[in-house]
Amino acid sequence: MAQTVGKRVLPGFGLSLGYTLVYLSLIVLIPLSAVFINAASMQWSEFWQVVSSPQVVASYRVSFLTSLLAALINSFFGLLLAWSLVRYNFFGKRLVDALIDLPFALPTAVAGITLSALYAKNGWIGSLFAPLGIKLAFTPLGILIALTFIGLPFVVRTIQPVLQELSLEFEEAAATLGASRWQAFSRVVLPALLPAMLTGFALAFARAVGEYGSVIFIAGNVPMVSEITPLLIITRLEQFDVAGATAIATVMLIVSFSLLLIINGLQHWASNRKRYLTGEDLA
Amino acid sequence: MSIQVKNINKRFSNFQALNDISLDFPTGKLVALLGPSGCGKTTLLRIIAGLETADSGQILLEGADASNLHVRERQIGFMFQHYALFQHMSVFENVAFGLRVKPKNERPSEAAIRQRVTELLELVQLGNLAKRYPSQLSGGQRQRIALARALAVNPRVLLLDEPFGALDAKVRKELRRWLRQLHDELHITSIFVTHDQEEALEVADEIVLMNKGQVEQVGSPLEVFRHPATPFAFNFLGTANRFDGKWARSGVLVSEDLLPLPPTQAIHTHLAEGGDVIAFARPHDLQIETNFEAAQGVRAKISRILAFGPMARVELSHATQPETYYEVDVPALSIASLNLHEGQAVRLRPSQLQVFPAG
Repeated sequence: MAQTVGKRVLPGFGLSLGYTLVYLSLIVLIPLSAVFINAASMQWSEFWQVVSSPQVVASYRVSFLTSLLAALINSFFGLLLAWSLVRYNFFGKRLVDALIDLPFALPTAVAGITLSALYAKNGWIGSLFAPLGIKLAFTPLGILIALTFIGLPFVVRTIQPVLQELSLEFEEAAATLGASRWQAFSRVVLPALLPAMLTGFALAFARAVGEYGSVIFIAGNVPMVSEITPLLIITRLEQFDVAGATAIATVMLIVSFSLLLIINGLQHWASNRKRYLTGEDLA
Repeated sequence: MSIQVKNINKRFSNFQALNDISLDFPTGKLVALLGPSGCGKTTLLRIIAGLETADSGQILLEGADASNLHVRERQIGFMFQHYALFQHMSVFENVAFGLRVKPKNERPSEAAIRQRVTELLELVQLGNLAKRYPSQLSGGQRQRIALARALAVNPRVLLLDEPFGALDAKVRKELRRWLRQLHDELHITSIFVTHDQEEALEVADEIVLMNKGQVEQVGSPLEVFRHPATPFAFNFLGTANRFDGKWARSGVLVSEDLLPLPPTQAIHTHLAEGGDVIAFARPHDLQIETNFEAAQGVRAKISRILAFGPMARVELSHATQPETYYEVDVPALSIASLNLHEGQAVRLRPSQLQVFPAG
């Protein structure tokens, strides 16, 4: 073993792998396992009671549904934004490009306050919708707005480089073969962008599920209606119910992890599809 | 189908890519657009395809004005230099693409699509690769699939943009021969763009030689090679020895030496005596005169003799201007019979000389 390691062209394999594992353990694995260990201090019935109480279940629904919806909205509009930034030249393009990163950089609390001020009944945007009877801030719609805001750069920044690399030749080839603009886009461009879109979707979704700062200001935090799961965790902690907080955290962790795993699988499928051999059926 | 190009102009910001180009591409012929990079040949091809629009001028397909037809309505098969195969589709689906995107009432049945694609894959001799993906193919195979895909929609014209540019030398030679054979079977009017004169001479029925957005010469490969119409044509097609000098009735005066016009050649009456001219001679059209004291011929010194095959290549430099180089091809046997050696001072006389007015 020592001999084969000694013969490696790139030195330092043992050191770098050791470093990677220690670092990963310290930063990721130990905190995560602490969640499980803490939760394990509870009885199973106790645990179940906490995680399945109606208020908590309602918060799962709010958290995951709004996150999913926000990620979907971002996937669509993010693609549109990336498209205009890559394909067209216009005045102020660089400024727009820089603005996209703003949700990355803005402290989430600042975003939360700003958004709730804008979308409140008497805010600039909220006042436009109030006469129609649509309440934006302090409802699940408000949560959706905040999550869409913070997730946008993830989608744009993952699609942009892939689109940049995608040669115009593919669309030209489709056009010479008689494809319409829409056919060229849906059959040639979109499949090529799909892996990047899935990555962007997964990142935006993961960020949205975990988002706290910007949401609590605009959500209104009405129990059973607009309470997100992270808020419930904080509430429990404030009541010194650490075990209860970790129980809810465990459920979130498991659900998020499984969702990411599924998305990763999809991504793998989308990017490797071209390499697989199809079965007997050619059509 | 015939293609006519009339007075095409195209400008890219401050660069005139095409300058008043008018050409006729006859039905069923394989025509090469030949020229150095940046001469506008690819732009012209893309304008014919409809992938680019001309600033002015007309494209006629079968006599009908197609200038305003969209690329997908022109029924043109276009082959891209880097294949542009759809990566996420199998070879079969790539070839079937043009059939599948047809409007519903024109789209063939699934069975008909399958049959047509199988036929085309047989035609390009890759029937066994239908299930593969483009990334699993070699460059030559990809190019053939790209051709099959272009042919699937029964194009009226086939346009090929540097079809062999991205391939290595050996595959290129094979594919050239194959393309020529395929064209002889299909007789589809084809235009291909290349910067490789050998490729153009070998494959094409007709060559359109372009330079700086203009057409320099049009003709059969033999015509263009034997009788280049301009100094550019002479230089671009094959190796040429260039002599700058002044026209004197019996030849070209190169510094003090007279490069005599071969007695068999007609006298260029349109040249003014004493005017600046450029003369060209191919390496096999120059003779080495070992008598340095002879009255005529350009004085030169042998710098290298390369005798590998039946023909030997002799490299020389001008006797008084060592930066001016010449190349002469002689039968390897005459190296010995003329007793040529490196460093020897000789004179050069042409057996065939092309003279153009300078400027």
